[in-house]
Amino acid sequence: MSQWEIVIGLETHVQLTTASKIFSGSSTAFGAAPNTQASVVDLAMPGALPVMNKGAAERAVKFGLAIGAKINQRSIFARKNYFYPDLPKGYQISQYETPIVEGGGLTITLDDGTTKFIELTRAHLEEDAGKSVHDQFDNASGVDLNRAGTPLLEIVTEPVMRSGKEAIAYAKALHGLVRYLDICDGNMQEGSFRCDVNVSVRPMGQKEFGTRREIKNLNSFKFMQQAIDYEVRWQIEQIEDGKKIVQATVLFNPDTGETRAMRTKEDAMDYRYFPDPDLPPLVVTDAMLAKIKNEMPELPEAKCARYTSEFKLSEYDARLLSQDRATSEYFEAAVAAKADPKLVANWMLGELSAALNREEKSIEESPVSAHQLAGVIARIGDATISNKIAKTVFEALWSGEAKSADEVIEAKGLKQISDVGAIEKIVDEVLAKSAAQIADYKSGKEKALMSIVGMVMKASAGKANPAQVNEIIKKKLS
Amino acid sequence: MSWNTFTTVAETKKALDSKQVSAVELAQHYLSRALSLNKSLNAFITIDSERTISEAQAQDNRRSKGDVAPLLGVPIAHKDIYLIDGWRTTCGSKMLENFIAPYTSTVVQNMANAGMVTLGKLNMDEFAMGSSNETSYFGPVKNPWDLSRVPGGSSGGSAASVAAGLTPASTGTDTGGSIRQPAMFCNLTGLKPTYGICSRYGIIAFASSLDQAGPFAQTAEDCALLLNAMAGFDPHDATSLDRPKEDYTRDLAKPLKGLRIGLPKEFFGEGVASGIAKAVEDALDVYRKLGATTVEVSLPNVKYSVPAYYVVAPAEASSNLSRFDGARFGHRAKEYDDIIDMYKRSRAEGFGAEVKRRILIGTYVLSHGYYDAYYLQAGKLRRLIAEDFKKAYEVCDVVMGPTAPEGAFQFGAKSDDPVKMYLNDIFTICANLTGQPAMSHPCGVDKDTGQFVGMHIIGNYLDEARMLNAAHQYQLATEWHKAHPAL
Repeated sequence: MSQWEIVIGLETHVQLTTASKIFSGSSTAFGAAPNTQASVVDLAMPGALPVMNKGAAERAVKFGLAIGAKINQRSIFARKNYFYPDLPKGYQISQYETPIVEGGGLTITLDDGTTKFIELTRAHLEEDAGKSVHDQFDNASGVDLNRAGTPLLEIVTEPVMRSGKEAIAYAKALHGLVRYLDICDGNMQEGSFRCDVNVSVRPMGQKEFGTRREIKNLNSFKFMQQAIDYEVRWQIEQIEDGKKIVQATVLFNPDTGETRAMRTKEDAMDYRYFPDPDLPPLVVTDAMLAKIKNEMPELPEAKCARYTSEFKLSEYDARLLSQDRATSEYFEAAVAAKADPKLVANWMLGELSAALNREEKSIEESPVSAHQLAGVIARIGDATISNKIAKTVFEALWSGEAKSADEVIEAKGLKQISDVGAIEKIVDEVLAKSAAQIADYKSGKEKALMSIVGMVMKASAGKANPAQVNEIIKKKLS
Repeated sequence: MSWNTFTTVAETKKALDSKQVSAVELAQHYLSRALSLNKSLNAFITIDSERTISEAQAQDNRRSKGDVAPLLGVPIAHKDIYLIDGWRTTCGSKMLENFIAPYTSTVVQNMANAGMVTLGKLNMDEFAMGSSNETSYFGPVKNPWDLSRVPGGSSGGSAASVAAGLTPASTGTDTGGSIRQPAMFCNLTGLKPTYGICSRYGIIAFASSLDQAGPFAQTAEDCALLLNAMAGFDPHDATSLDRPKEDYTRDLAKPLKGLRIGLPKEFFGEGVASGIAKAVEDALDVYRKLGATTVEVSLPNVKYSVPAYYVVAPAEASSNLSRFDGARFGHRAKEYDDIIDMYKRSRAEGFGAEVKRRILIGTYVLSHGYYDAYYLQAGKLRRLIAEDFKKAYEVCDVVMGPTAPEGAFQFGAKSDDPVKMYLNDIFTICANLTGQPAMSHPCGVDKDTGQFVGMHIIGNYLDEARMLNAAHQYQLATEWHKAHPAL
């Protein structure tokens, strides 16, 4: 396989967070009863006309500025003509020759810490189609036009990725960025962020690209990885078997883990693009541009740099904490609640992250708030509890047993024992039963000390201050 | 009573304002005329007397409550391309034979706000594609002056209904001459305003970049009053011009001294019937007597209007008409194998021959590899034609010429030859391509054929008030617009 080079480019459909549709006043909220969010415009009633939702343009500009792209201050909407039941007008309004955003790119970080700049070709505004429903009626299909006209930003990369891992890293970075910018809710289950992946392979060293196949509509990073892996293997096998790759659009089946061709280039449609005469050119004024620039949030790169310099976090931790907006907001909220930044980072990337992963929750859904976590960390800092007890406190907060670290500590009596007399008493009791360990320690086996400390901690139900325990034992055995 | 069937909008308004007649009485009068004469003229597709009378009653009620809306109680009939909530809206097509509009177009709403009462929906060429009203699924409209002749198109019903006194005024739409040419054929005044003056929202689209709503009436003064009611910025139409309201009657009384009329030599060359050329010359003499001066101008690229139009209009139409797929509304074939078959059969059954022809042309010119050669080139021609006019306006204020190269023709005379039919719009199309305002007013008769001649006035953008002033002054000095057919 090493003699093959993989070439990947992505087209991502990002649903923008406007309250109403891109060309009508209908709501974009997800999950309403079928066709209750479809106006005469969305239903393509005769005589109905589209009117541009400025909010969608602002979000596209925000994205363009964030990735250092060229903003076309005059972009053109075009009609993409084809017949399909979920496309009521018989054409989709999109941007073709002159998109609102051109060029730019973003930096991805791979697992090994290396970074790569992914160049973007363009990002253009378009409307989403409706949804065909095939399982609700006997012998007929239904069409739900609630989604028709939902604003999308289609973000297209150059074919610059060279592995599935890079593609996933890019998709994740983009996902983080659009949420950062608050232009997309990032909800992949609801289809707010969907990727089409163009994959081709070529012999290492060959300049020309191989023939590509496009895997459509991937809405999870896991499926994307599986789909790319399968597709790459399949293409290499085909070529090694002496077969030619035919340009095609393929679908990934998560049940079989395979990709399957939907249509090939031979039956590719002629979309008869032409500028939409119902919509004047989309103009981004200087004033609008200046306003959006002013309102730009601090972006991941800048945040990462600030975390390393201001909070002395490691580059790796800083990157992880700044990668997505919700995570960085959580981190900054905890720090704002006076918790030690390094401890917050450790807890977030350790205990919190593990708990979230275990229960498949996003950080926004974390049962332990940043403020609560800061409370736990504060009690470690002032030696009220040990690190180990802190984990118990965290678990209690996670399961909702109490509202604050202090409440848990109080209710469960977890306050650390720092009283020398009390600790000495426990130490004496343990030492009285530990002749063997004492002998080992005195003969130079350091491990024996750890064993004694463990026994003392256990006897104190974990509440004894470990540092003090250590010190007192050493003193008594010296 | 001081009003009669052929009382103008301006006089009808006065009769209403002075309570000589009520909206209900007017509605009843025109409805009964329409119901009896429509059998021979076929100008209306839909009449709904009950609805009309209740509208009229509502406008009378407004008046009794002290409302002083400008056209309170004046009847109007609408081309069946305008959606009106609850009214059947067919666009002259089998495709929409049973389509009940779920909302009201902005122009109709504006006119209702101004107090106007809808008398019914007027016959038209199918989807406004035609110059003779022969493509209507509901049968051709007859010219009230001569039932063997066409009324012009596509707004044939709009012209015939006003000419026959079935309504004091009507609305039309003009994509390539569909208001002005029928106005000439039926001896009326018709105005296509500057693109963007009247909202297109709720008007079934033919060619979006060319379509414009406008009024038909007996006089220029009436057209000004009607345009006052129709026009206005509409947030539902992104191509609607966002500008303050204006009073199109404001300059009607101005003397024409100093008006510079440009006469493009391209409008007076071969192809124009000599009887028409003569009538236009005579009308220009009237204008000169009223103080206007004439100057020859040249519009060298205007000869490309027809080819450019027959690329742009079908291209846009082919896309605009895609929504008529039988899925959500309109005609659906009774039997079909699958979704594609449903589309094919529904459209094959629902559309007439001319509509299909234009969809085919439009689909072709937008196809991959042809777009650059046709659509893009046509776009360039539109700019060149606009440049020609811009240059002409350096030496003139308005441009005049005949509205059409020949007058109302016999049914069937051109229906077998689309190109011949298309050439009837040779002078009107340029104003749609550029978006300029243009109008036609009666200016005599072609002595050779006995058919009416229209004076075509093309003005600079937003110069409607000046054009209406010119036509009004001409009408004060002439009687052509006062002729009515014997029915």
